[in-house]
Amino acid sequence: MLILLLFLLPLISGVFLVWNKSNGVAKTTTVLVSLAQLALFIYIGSVFRTDAAALDYSMSWLSDFNVSFHLGLDGLSLIMTGLTVVVSGLILFAVKDLGYNNVSRLLGLILITEAALIGVFAAKDAFLFYFFFELALVPVYLMANLWGGNGISRITLKMFIYTVFGSLFMLVSFVVLYLFAQTSELTELARVSALLKPGINNLLFWGFLIAFAIKSPLFPFHGWLPDAYSKSPTPATMLLSGLLSKMGIYGILRILLPLAPAGAANFSGLVIYFAIVGLIYGSVIAIQQFHIKRLIAYSSFAHMGLMAAAALTLSPSGIQGAVFQMVAHGFSAVGLFYVAKIIYDKTGSRSLTELGGMSQRAPKLAVLFLVILLGSVGLPLTNGFVGEFLMLRAVFDFHNILGIAAVSSIILGAVYLLRLYQKTMFGPVTAFTENIEDIGVKELIVLVPIALVIIITGVFPNCLLELSSSFADTLIK
Amino acid sequence: MTLPLLITLIPLIPFAGFLINGLGFRNIPKSMVSVIGTGASFLSFLFVFFTYLQFNGDPIIVKLFDWITVGSLNIGFTFQVDQLSLIMLLVITGVGTLIHGYSAGYMSHDPGFGKFFAYLNLFLFSMIILVLGGNYLMMFIGWEGVGLCSYLLIGFWNKNTSYANAARKAFIMNRVGDLGFLIGIFLIISTFGTVEYGEVFSRATSFAVGDAMITAITLALFVGAMGKSAQIPLFTWLPDAMAGPTPVSALIHAATMVTSGIYMIVRSNVLYTLSPFTLEVVAWVGLATALLGAVIGLFQNDIKKVLAYSTVSQLGYMFIGLGVMAYSSGLFHVITHAFFKALLFLGAGSVIHAMSNDQDIRNMGGLWSKIKITAVTFLIGTIAISGIPPFAGFFSKDEILAHTFEHSKLMWVLALAGSFLTAFYMFRLFFVTFTGKFRGTHEQEHHLHESPSSMTIPLIVLATLSVLGGFLGMPVVFHAPHYLNEFLSPVYEGSRTVLETFGQVHLSHSTEWILMGVSVGVAALAIFLSYIVYGKGAGVPEPDGEIRGIKKVIYDKFYIDELYNAVFVQPVMRISSWLHSAMDNRVIGGLVNAVSGGVTETAGLLRKLQTGNIGTYVWLITLGVIIFLGFSVGTEVWTSLKSISK
Repeated sequence: MLILLLFLLPLISGVFLVWNKSNGVAKTTTVLVSLAQLALFIYIGSVFRTDAAALDYSMSWLSDFNVSFHLGLDGLSLIMTGLTVVVSGLILFAVKDLGYNNVSRLLGLILITEAALIGVFAAKDAFLFYFFFELALVPVYLMANLWGGNGISRITLKMFIYTVFGSLFMLVSFVVLYLFAQTSELTELARVSALLKPGINNLLFWGFLIAFAIKSPLFPFHGWLPDAYSKSPTPATMLLSGLLSKMGIYGILRILLPLAPAGAANFSGLVIYFAIVGLIYGSVIAIQQFHIKRLIAYSSFAHMGLMAAAALTLSPSGIQGAVFQMVAHGFSAVGLFYVAKIIYDKTGSRSLTELGGMSQRAPKLAVLFLVILLGSVGLPLTNGFVGEFLMLRAVFDFHNILGIAAVSSIILGAVYLLRLYQKTMFGPVTAFTENIEDIGVKELIVLVPIALVIIITGVFPNCLLELSSSFADTLIK
Repeated sequence: MTLPLLITLIPLIPFAGFLINGLGFRNIPKSMVSVIGTGASFLSFLFVFFTYLQFNGDPIIVKLFDWITVGSLNIGFTFQVDQLSLIMLLVITGVGTLIHGYSAGYMSHDPGFGKFFAYLNLFLFSMIILVLGGNYLMMFIGWEGVGLCSYLLIGFWNKNTSYANAARKAFIMNRVGDLGFLIGIFLIISTFGTVEYGEVFSRATSFAVGDAMITAITLALFVGAMGKSAQIPLFTWLPDAMAGPTPVSALIHAATMVTSGIYMIVRSNVLYTLSPFTLEVVAWVGLATALLGAVIGLFQNDIKKVLAYSTVSQLGYMFIGLGVMAYSSGLFHVITHAFFKALLFLGAGSVIHAMSNDQDIRNMGGLWSKIKITAVTFLIGTIAISGIPPFAGFFSKDEILAHTFEHSKLMWVLALAGSFLTAFYMFRLFFVTFTGKFRGTHEQEHHLHESPSSMTIPLIVLATLSVLGGFLGMPVVFHAPHYLNEFLSPVYEGSRTVLETFGQVHLSHSTEWILMGVSVGVAALAIFLSYIVYGKGAGVPEPDGEIRGIKKVIYDKFYIDELYNAVFVQPVMRISSWLHSAMDNRVIGGLVNAVSGGVTETAGLLRKLQTGNIGTYVWLITLGVIIFLGFSVGTEVWTSLKSISK
């Protein structure tokens, strides 16, 4: 039952905030809901191993078609809902003070996105999964259009059509499986799928893959990403990069690999190859970007490629590394885009050619930015290292040469991220950075928790790895 | 205090120092900052010493917790104290404490004083983890941690863009090496199923000498060592790293961090002993680096640059030692080098201080009488590095040369040539700086002064160590105990198991005497020549504009930086731009436009047939299902046709 509450609370409060007009009410509600969600999640986490009933909720939905509204949590879902709750909370805290117009509506849309994401990560029914998978994008789409700059609607519409188009292939795959199984319960679909002819299984694989490859996105389906990430308003970018992108990788783990195992056995190698190409490709492009958000966008895209490749190796290291990195990346991507927004609000610039010397004026920002950045660089004792280490090892074991290519991304990552840091924080101050002030409590309340998570989960990664190990074991068998 | 707690505190104390100074440097008075920073380092040294007193010869493993557990792989957060880590710890915390104390004087006028001490403590923490870690991944934590501190400290005065660039270059080049290290770790995991030292080394003893996998592992690890210890081709970051404050150059870029590569190989000695091919590579890379560094050092005029190239060169010597399987000799040179090179750098810092921050030796001269303590201690360091007995450098270098002689006469001749160059350029540096007439401005002359005692005391201590350090390991012919070899002996247990002849020396006493005589003779000749040109002759290197021919090529470091820039950096930049403009915007972006355009158009067409969007949607779904089923039926038919045709 508690899982239902975790889903309904942000949904209902979100809908309320969309209609509400008062900023004061909006901010209070946001803070209360975020804290309540966090408390609720902590409680769910504490009873995870003892109270199965709290973690499962099932209700007949379309009974004629044997489709049910079924939410439930295993280790993987627990990690992903936890990520959603905490990161959404941080985004809400950040956004409420960023000075947007109609902030209540904006916060409401973020809360609805949170609810949809919890739905995605907890759904145990294929059509429910599909429903939330599509729903999650709608509030973000609206957000980008209503709070974005000029020319944004064309970009977001393209993104929307492209990803919905991709998801259609997933829907078709679900329908085919449904026709065989006569139910849409995911566990049942997995059982039936194993009995299908390889030919069908192959097609199922590609159907799922296209949906997830566009959503994550993976090379060469990432065309929507650079513009959408860099031109959307920051709340939308943070949601897209921090949380929505994870739906693709989660889909690979939850849907693609269990529901199209034979197809995965045939074609995973090919996809891994493409994903690693994307990793290198995105990293190389990031090196020459001058627009901060675009640079982070390409970096984020590159990381997705490694997660997908690792997950598809179907090894303990790869799967657990990918799950771990989803968490690590969720925090660091949100942190980086938030820092980009802070820099923009302080200086009025997003261009590396115009910035510099900020560490002299804003040492607190400089330190926290460095911690988040080092997480992305994958320095040991940050969570980025644990994820990258496990994933790279999996890719290396899968194919040595490909693995060496993948490992070279740690060099490229250092190149573009340290460049980002140097061109903003080091060097002489410029006309843009002359008169800035350091960050205050409003920003610290978001950045300090992110930095702490980066370090604590880097020193004690087993607290997450323990949760994902049983999922990895079942998937491999 | 229990032993595990004692050991755990060795890294934790500097870490606490980092947190205190790092978080509170705005509120802590300067005098307290240096007390906290230096005190943390000294306390850590004391704890190392107490651990040494309680150490009974068997490795002590302290496992704090399971760090990363995945599948059958379990990597612990483990410390290991044995002979090797104890020696490294004593050097690191000992020399570290001296340099912390020196910094209190050297950096006293810097506004970033607190930040500086915080970084130094963080470095000490990382370096301790590097040598105290009980498995390869722990070593990697320290390995990248010291890289980060090096980045922060090289770029300490990052308002200057070229300094910030130097910092970035150091980090990135080290990451190239780290790529090799990581791959080495992956191979170790797939070969041995663990990264814990004890298990890896005991399992390694069942491999045969020359095993291909072991060779791959050792080569990959050596790539890591090349990066951290500035060997060809990954050495160009180290001279640039001189952009950092001088105590940093002394601590990180001379005495400790750059010797991590040597530590790594000595730690993995079983694996290297199993792979003669890798050892040969190590020896030749070391030799080439030793010579290249020495040649470039001949004509440099920046006091710190000379010392930087000399460090590159001396690190090369250490690798020669490792390559000819004289692991202890390599490590011996690490120790003596830590003493005399830290001394030389701190001495250089004192000179720079006296010269009002001028580093060009052409503007110096005649400083001997002006800054007596600095000059005398600098001379001691110079003699030590040149290999004149009984100073420390002589014993360690002579040991390496003797083993090299046994391994290959050609290598020995080349290494000897390198030590001729070393003695020559080091005395050139000494004569040009301290003898002759003062050539700087009047203002500089007016300001000339000896440094405060916080700076001269470390110089005196290090000078003493540079004189006496060699007695840790006396040559066999002196019939004195070789304390270092005896102490380290258990570390090579595995090497002895896999190679029966390990550690046996076949030089007769007379050969050893001759070798010693030759190397002392060569050094003495070099010093004499240097004296003729720069001492008695009072020669001064020419101004930049007048340097010509081959000398110009050497002065400009053989244009290796320019070469790397043209071969690696520029092409990547061009590819990056091309991928972005041609590939990503057109092809990848085109795919999105095609799909979204296509869908919009189809929807438009369909809207004419149907009544609304939802209809279109359902229609598309149905169409999809039909196509899908058509496909699968088709493949069914196709496979059955194929089976019939067979």
